[in-house]
Amino acid sequence: MKKKKRWYDYLWIGELLYLCLGLFNILFAWLGMLFFTIPLLTAIIGGNKTYCNRYCGRGQLLGMLGERLKLSRNTPPPRFLRSPLFRYGFLAFFMIMFCLMLYSTYKVFTGAPLQETVTLLWVFRLPWQWPEIGMVSPWFAQYAFGFFGVMLTSTVLGFITMVLFRPRSWCVYCPMGTMTQGICRLRHRKEETELGRTGKKNRGASEASGQ
Amino acid sequence: MKLSPKIASIGSECVACGCCMAVCPRDAVHVASGIIAHVDVEKCVGCGKCAKTCPAAVITIVERGAAG
Repeated sequence: MKKKKRWYDYLWIGELLYLCLGLFNILFAWLGMLFFTIPLLTAIIGGNKTYCNRYCGRGQLLGMLGERLKLSRNTPPPRFLRSPLFRYGFLAFFMIMFCLMLYSTYKVFTGAPLQETVTLLWVFRLPWQWPEIGMVSPWFAQYAFGFFGVMLTSTVLGFITMVLFRPRSWCVYCPMGTMTQGICRLRHRKEETELGRTGKKNRGASEASGQ
Repeated sequence: MKLSPKIASIGSECVACGCCMAVCPRDAVHVASGIIAHVDVEKCVGCGKCAKTCPAAVITIVERGAAG
């Protein structure tokens, strides 16, 4: 039985478009804030992961590349990648790098020169000097450079794990996914205790069957 | 309605990404409260599509009686 396609099944196009627009003008990187704020707001206000479940364009894109184009080896990711230690450790690392990016934006705001580079995988500085950014404040452009680096880095990591493991392996350690799941856990603490999330297997199935 | 002999079982390390939900042909999996995926035991036929897709590899197909 084939599932009927809905409008949100095409959000991968938006993700692809976002990456392409950043190549033409770095200021489009600011649009990526939507990918940060929407999942956080749905988790904080709605107490759910609807963004991850339905509207994540990156997840859809990785799924498309891995499943339709058969770019993925489609093997389960190693155990360490799935462990809470790695997931929360990666979230912490990502947040530290994000704060450093905010700090460099602040430095430019206070008079430091603008660095027209996009940092890939936190190490490689790619020259990005062709876009027209003269119409905005240097700090505004600096944030765009930094943010696009974050987005590009996570896309590259997602792509690598998509090829090596299952198509959407990125979802396992995606910092936004970890963060929103953490928020949902906090919001539904009581419910979670009642449902008995104590490391037992198959809570979902047993709950539904009333066992 | 006769229930299938097999059923999907979701492990506690579920990351609630919803990949299982997207591929389930029977609409039998839902992510509850953004914490963990739940299987509707009456709808699930144990086809294994969710298990093959799950990026965290926490879904297994088990005998119906063994779930839980």
